[in-house]
Amino acid sequence: MSLWSILVAPFSEYAFMRSALVACMALAVASGPLGTLLLLRRMGLVGDVLSHAVMPGAAVGFALAGSALAVLSAGGLITGIAVVLLMTLGTRFGAQREDASLAAFYFASIGVGVLVVSLRGTNLDLMHVLLGTVLAIDLPALVLIVAIASVVVTVLALIFRPLAIQSFDPAFLRTMGGSDSAYRAIFLVLVVLDLVAGFQAFGTLLAGVPLLLPAAAARCWAQRIGPLVGLSIGFGMAAGYAGLLVSYHLNVPSGPAIACAAALVYAVSALASASRVLATALNATRPS
Amino acid sequence: MSEPSNRDAAGSRLRRRGCVTLRELTVGYRERVAVEAVSGVFAAGSLTAIVGANGAGKTTLLHAIAGLVAPRRGSIEIAGAEVPADLAYLPQSDSIDRDFPISVLEFVALGRWARIGALGRVSPELRPCAMNALRAVGLDELAGRMLGELSVGQFRRALFARVIVQDAAIVLLDEPFAGIDAATSADLLRLVQRWHDEGRTVMVALHDLEQVLAIFPETLLLARKAIAWGETATTLTPEKLVEAGLSAPPRGPGPRLRLAMPS
Repeated sequence: MSLWSILVAPFSEYAFMRSALVACMALAVASGPLGTLLLLRRMGLVGDVLSHAVMPGAAVGFALAGSALAVLSAGGLITGIAVVLLMTLGTRFGAQREDASLAAFYFASIGVGVLVVSLRGTNLDLMHVLLGTVLAIDLPALVLIVAIASVVVTVLALIFRPLAIQSFDPAFLRTMGGSDSAYRAIFLVLVVLDLVAGFQAFGTLLAGVPLLLPAAAARCWAQRIGPLVGLSIGFGMAAGYAGLLVSYHLNVPSGPAIACAAALVYAVSALASASRVLATALNATRPS
Repeated sequence: MSEPSNRDAAGSRLRRRGCVTLRELTVGYRERVAVEAVSGVFAAGSLTAIVGANGAGKTTLLHAIAGLVAPRRGSIEIAGAEVPADLAYLPQSDSIDRDFPISVLEFVALGRWARIGALGRVSPELRPCAMNALRAVGLDELAGRMLGELSVGQFRRALFARVIVQDAAIVLLDEPFAGIDAATSADLLRLVQRWHDEGRTVMVALHDLEQVLAIFPETLLLARKAIAWGETATTLTPEKLVEAGLSAPPRGPGPRLRLAMPS
C-alpha cells in the first residue's frame, strides 16, 4: 500500500470524499476565527448550547419535509436565532444568571429535538440528526456550507475590531458609541449560522467540534490573535482531513472520526503546553 | 516620566471645551437608586473630585456621564464636545479582561478607536502617538509586552496612556489611584494635573481626602444625593463629611498634605 493510496487516493477516487473534504475545509475556515473569539470571550459553553439550539428547528423541518436540506437548515436557523434572542433578553431583564438559563436551553433543545424526530422518523433518522452525515453531502449541501462560511468570514472581517475590543473591554466599546448588545447579537447569529452549516456534516451533538476544539488547541501554542486564528483554521483542516481518512480506511462513522481527530490535536496541544509550563517551573526552582 | 506628548493635537484641543450639566439626574439599577436628583455643572476646564463612601454612587454617576447607563430621570447635557469621541473614561481595572491577547502598544493605540471606528484605516502616525503616550506614563520599554504580563500599577499606567491617546475634552477617571504604590500614584496625579492645565474637563472619583484637598479645586461630595458641590475647601467641611458618612478630614492643611504633589 503506497503513501498515495493511503493519503490521496480516497479523495481522488470518490466524489463524496472530495465533497466531504471541501465541506470540512470551508467549515474550518469559518470556525477558526469564530471559535477563537468565542473562547477569548469565555463563551465556549454558549457555543455548545447554540449547537443544540439548532436541533429543535431542524427536527421540525425534518418532520415537515423529510431530509430536505434547505428546510432542515432554515428550521435550525430559526430556533438557533430564537435562543440567541431569548438569551440576550434573559441576561438583560432576567433575574437568572446566564449559566442557569444556558443549562435550561441546552436540555430543552435536546429534549424537544429528539421528541420531534422520534414522532416522525426512525432511529436511523435520529442518528443522522444527532451525528450528521458528512459523507452524504451533495452539491446543494456543499454550496450551502461554502456560502454560509463565506458570509461568516466576510462579516467577521468587517466587524473584527469591535468584536475583539468587546471581548475584553465592553465598557470601552460602549463609551465609544458602539452598541454592546448589537455586536453581541451579530456575533451569536454568526455562531448559529456556522453551526447550521456544520449541522449537515456533524449533527447537533458534534456541530460544535470544528468551532471549539481547534481554537482550544491553538490557545496552547499561540498568544497573539493572528496566529491563534491561523492555527485554529489549520488544526480544523488537519482534523477534517485526518478524520475522513481514518473513517475511510477503518470504515467508521466520519463525523465521530473527525471529532476524535480534533480531540487528539487538542490533547497533544494541551500536553505540550503543560510540559512547557512544567519545564519553566522546574527551571525556576533549580538553583542557578 | 518625560514631557507631554500629543503636541500635534494641542491646536485642536484648545478649541474643544467640554461642559457637563446635570439636571435632577437620577440613575439606578433595577430596584436600587444609586444616584438621586443630582444637579450641577462641571464647568469647561474644571478639575473635580467626586468623593463619597463606598456605594455612594460615584461609579454610577461616571457611568451615566460616559453613556454606559441611561438616566432614570433628569438629564445630562454635554456642550462644547463631540461625544463620544471627546470623552475618555478610565474604568476600575477589574472591568477589563486582561487575559485577552493584546500587546500594551496595541491596547494604548485603541484610544484612537473613536476616530477610526470599526472600518477606518489605522493611520501611520498612530504608532508614534501611542509610543509617546507610553513614554509619558513611563511604560515605553514594555510596549511589546502582552497586557496580561503587566503588574497592577503598570496596567493602570497603560490605562492612563490610552486616555492620553484618546485626547478627549472630557476625562472621567474612576478610582485611578486605588491599590497602587505611592510613586505610581504621584506620577499619575501629575498627568491629571497636566490634563487640567491643558484645559480639559476632568472628573475623578477617589477616596484619599488629602489628595483631594491638595490637588482638586472642586469637589462633589456624594451620598446618593449631592451633599455638597463646589470649591473643595467649602465642600469638605467636617459637618458635610459626617453627613456623607465619611470620617472627618485632618484639621486644616498640615505638613502631611505636602507630600502628595509638588506645586
